[in-house]
Amino acid sequence: MITIEWLYVLAGLAFAAYAVLSALDRNNAKRLGNAAFWGLMALSLLGGSWLGDLGNGLLVLGLAGLAGSGAMGRGDPPTTSDAEREAWSAKLGNRLFLPALVIPATALIGTLLYSYTPLAHYHLFQPKRETYILLGLGVLLALILIFAWLRPPASAPLQEGRRLIDSIGWAAVLPQMLAALGVVFAAAGVGNIVGEATRAAIPEGSVFLTVAVYALGMAAFTMVMGNAFAAFPVMASAIGVPLLIQGYGGDAAVIGAIGMLAGFCGTLMTPMAANFNLVPAALLELRDRNGVIRAQVATALPLLAVNIGLIYLFCFR
Amino acid sequence: MMHYVPLLGILVVVAGFALRLNPMLVVTASAFVTGLLAGMGPVEVIKTFGKAFNDNRIIAIVWIVLPVIGMLERYGLQQRARAVILGFRRATAGRLLVLYLLYRQFTAAIGLHSTAGHPQTVRPLVAPMALAAAEKQHGALDEDTEEEVKAMAAATDNVGLFFGEDIFFAIGSIVLIQATLATYRIELTPLQLAVWAIPTAIAAFLIHGLRLLLLDRRLGAKR
Repeated sequence: MITIEWLYVLAGLAFAAYAVLSALDRNNAKRLGNAAFWGLMALSLLGGSWLGDLGNGLLVLGLAGLAGSGAMGRGDPPTTSDAEREAWSAKLGNRLFLPALVIPATALIGTLLYSYTPLAHYHLFQPKRETYILLGLGVLLALILIFAWLRPPASAPLQEGRRLIDSIGWAAVLPQMLAALGVVFAAAGVGNIVGEATRAAIPEGSVFLTVAVYALGMAAFTMVMGNAFAAFPVMASAIGVPLLIQGYGGDAAVIGAIGMLAGFCGTLMTPMAANFNLVPAALLELRDRNGVIRAQVATALPLLAVNIGLIYLFCFR
Repeated sequence: MMHYVPLLGILVVVAGFALRLNPMLVVTASAFVTGLLAGMGPVEVIKTFGKAFNDNRIIAIVWIVLPVIGMLERYGLQQRARAVILGFRRATAGRLLVLYLLYRQFTAAIGLHSTAGHPQTVRPLVAPMALAAAEKQHGALDEDTEEEVKAMAAATDNVGLFFGEDIFFAIGSIVLIQATLATYRIELTPLQLAVWAIPTAIAAFLIHGLRLLLLDRRLGAKR
């Protein structure tokens, strides 16, 4: 059976190659910093299951230390010039989109075939991970197609991958760090404390204000945790279930579903949701690290108000 | 009062981000402050943090697409995306992003949320297309306008994803809501929850779509 570990190995090998190529890149004054950082990521992906909790913890401290001390620079991998790209684009035309579509098509068609045909009986893939595994397969198919068609130099995929991962830098690892911080918060009981404090803020007897505090609490706690998943159990146990559902007899499906979406409005407004807000800023090479958040606030706030209205309206029909 | 003390870890995060310190250090410092104040030992904090990081390695999987995206950029994918948009006479940045918003919400609603995203579609396709359209409307873009269009492209991906995915009943957040409420003996089916994501999805499309059309007006007016 193909498991998610296979994909960790694939990603780990790519990061190991980025580390080696970084170390050899004499145009990057901080090449050893990059090599060490991507090397630690490779070690985590390849050996994380055997390092033990303390080993993994020290690895994370190493990543944070390298990122925080400014040890990383930006490599200068060999690639094509803008003029060459214009020429290729004109020559290849819209066929150039095909390899890009191979990845989503493999993930989509593969998932459908695997889930809804007798193929599922063969247990080829680890359950619930089939889309990720097929995504990895799509990447390999796309690379094979590109090689057969355009015959690039053998090192090109790794050098081009390094060009992109260097442009993102440590922000590529931040989402995983924040997820780990969420676990530490939960272990320290932060959720319970926040739930208690929010409940203390609710005035007695006002249904609308209770709804508003529930939705605003979802958004605010999501902004702190960077993730509505962490906020929902806390707000459900503090306000949603005891006050809105059991106290005022509100519709549980509305409170659950739209409460979560109120949390998503918070996700749009916080740097803690790094993979949605900070990583794209790095990927698109924005000058302002918070540029994406800035662009989202004017959608998030009115939508949060709409969600409060929707809960109030549909919950007590 | 004493049991509020672990919340100082949250304060570390808020202050660290506000002061623009390196987020990797801020997060690590916050983990230590929170864990130590909650009575864990330093080694226990490192172990908890390390185990959680390792358990979340699936987050790093998305980076395996980078070699393919980089290779296609090498052969002019961004330039191709621009050329396609320049071929449509009536294309504008706002209309293009409205279409992408609709596409993203729709595909997320049928469970195809991982087929698009910032590395897969926004950087190589959507952002260069939006920039090309904006240049047609506005002439050469100054840096602030270019930054605004790129940021809106990323924002549109997020809005489309967040307010489409919950309509699909087999998504993690729906399962989480169901499982959480089930601990209070409130039994709901995923479908009962998913239908209530539809009103917000419509509102998100209207609000964000209106903002995109307003972006078009600003781009046209500055000409």
